[in-house]
Amino acid sequence: MAVLTLPVPARTNVVTDVGHVWWRETLTILRDPFSLIFSLLQPLVFLGLFGPLLSGLAGNGELFGGSSLQWFLPGVVVMITMFGTSMTGSTLQFEIMTGAFERILATPLSRSALMIGRALKELTPLVVQAAIITLVAIPFGFVLHPLHVLVGLLILGIFGVGVGALSYALAIAARKTEWIFWAVQQSLLFPLLILSGMMLPLETGPGWMQVVSKFNPLTYVVDAERILFAGSLGDVKILWGLVAALVTAAIGLWVGIRSIRKATI
Amino acid sequence: MIHTESLARTFTVGKETIEAVRGIDLDVAEGELVAFLGPNGAGKSTTLRMLTSLLPPTSGSATVAGVDVVAAPAEVRRRIGYIGQKDGAGHNHRVWDELLMQGRFYGMSKADAAASGEELLHTLDLEALRMRKVSSLSGGQKRRLDIALGLIHAPSLLFLDEPSTGMDPQNRANLWEHIMRIREQRGTTIVLTTHYLDEADAMAERVVIIDDGTIIADDTAETLKAKQAGDRLTVVVRPADAAAARALLGTEGSELAERPDDDGTALSVRVDAASHAMPGVLARLRDAGVDVVAAAARRPTLDDVFLNLTGRSLREGES
Ligand SMILES: Nc1ncnc2c1ncn2[C@@H]1O[C@H](COP(=O)(O)OP(=O)(O)OP(=O)(O)O)[C@@H](O)[C@H]1O
Ligand SMILES: [Mg+2]
Repeated sequence: MAVLTLPVPARTNVVTDVGHVWWRETLTILRDPFSLIFSLLQPLVFLGLFGPLLSGLAGNGELFGGSSLQWFLPGVVVMITMFGTSMTGSTLQFEIMTGAFERILATPLSRSALMIGRALKELTPLVVQAAIITLVAIPFGFVLHPLHVLVGLLILGIFGVGVGALSYALAIAARKTEWIFWAVQQSLLFPLLILSGMMLPLETGPGWMQVVSKFNPLTYVVDAERILFAGSLGDVKILWGLVAALVTAAIGLWVGIRSIRKATI
Repeated sequence: MIHTESLARTFTVGKETIEAVRGIDLDVAEGELVAFLGPNGAGKSTTLRMLTSLLPPTSGSATVAGVDVVAAPAEVRRRIGYIGQKDGAGHNHRVWDELLMQGRFYGMSKADAAASGEELLHTLDLEALRMRKVSSLSGGQKRRLDIALGLIHAPSLLFLDEPSTGMDPQNRANLWEHIMRIREQRGTTIVLTTHYLDEADAMAERVVIIDDGTIIADDTAETLKAKQAGDRLTVVVRPADAAAARALLGTEGSELAERPDDDGTALSVRVDAASHAMPGVLARLRDAGVDVVAAAARRPTLDDVFLNLTGRSLREGES
């Protein structure tokens, strides 16, 4: 065989790869900005309709440690993160069927970048959504602590990458039957959300619920977000939230990479 | 460039085990253009997907561009281009965005990717579709975009799974012109699969015929046709003359075959240089009192080769 003198393309690093995957996906939003405008309304509706009910429930506000808006808003931000990132796999499933997934798998992109990039794309509009509901909430008594919120969004981003990677793995596992993806996604999403105390406080719930919630990583993330949105940084619970996010991201990426390797598309 | 040893792959679907590829030994040198030819389900795509590191082999080994596909799949991917059988471009994306990002995936700079993209849009006649959503393209337009995606980084080894399927003759010609040009300029090694017999015949210097997961023939199209099929001479005679014609043709050549025809019986025989042999054979038939209704000399096709090797025609298996 002849000596190979192949011009091998430059090796890219994971961060650049993530950037490229993220940008490819984000371009679909930029080319059709209407979908984004529509999705911005959703959390506002939630906040506008759910918030007043909670204030009514709380009466003097004891239950929520002061302002119910201050308590509820971080919950809504976590919720839209969960909605968004858990759907990472749905666009992937479509690309598995049409063939684009195979084409991208054949490129030198790192496997974790494929998942992180896609999860970050789902997180991108969330940053805008979070900013808008926060701004809308300020006139109603919400107090904004920008730096704390930024740390909160960072933890949420790490957690979201983990959820996105799990959703990615689910799409590969359910590549032959589309409805299974949605069945699993829906039947996991809502219990996780409710058992994290995101929508309603768990303190008044039955004991078993409080026990189960301790095994839900989302609980720690929600707690950390609440503390951060309230303007405090020194609480150890923030650290637990970060740990829960990191563990979720690590597990998610591990499961995701395994399923990419094992898949026989 | 490519070296495989007993490369094999099985799939398990439910309780059934499918032996898609049953031990392929293949060597491809730098600069070769090789076509895999075979019926549906022969294992062509599965072989390509193992060579491109997308599918781990069940057994055997493969070295591609100097790298082992199992030990260093990521290194293989950096060195090759691959155009799969399905649509490579994302349906929700724009044509230009996909092209540019594909270049970036391979580590090209924005400027290089754009320059290469412009050239490909031009040669593959996609310029007018630049900002179109992929889902709105026709089948042949999508296929041309797939080809552009596979070529953007100018790989030195290119795998194409049925590149020209769904294209009209004009665009097939353009595609081949483009492939031949980059091959000439860069010495690209190309491995492709095709169902178009004439395409394999005309374009590839080497045809690898795959059937039921194994290589059953591997040579130049010319040699395959000469060795496996050869020229054939066919005459149509009335039923009354059939016996006499049969006796005479049996001495003229080999592999005498017979089938009914509207005008009587069609007898065909393998002879060297059939068109030159024909006048003599016809004269001798007349001398023997046989009234020839029609006659034809035919060069063999790759389908004849396949028919000869397997007893089945490739054309019947075409989708
Ligand atoms: N992911 C898979 N799971 C199960 N069986 C598979 C899978 N991929 C391929 N096969 C089987 O392996 C065999 C070879 O398939 P392959 O796609 O390699 O054929 P091919 O030669 O490319 O055919 P075609 O000309 O139709 O594209 C077929 O019997 C097919 O059903
Ligand atoms: Mg195939």
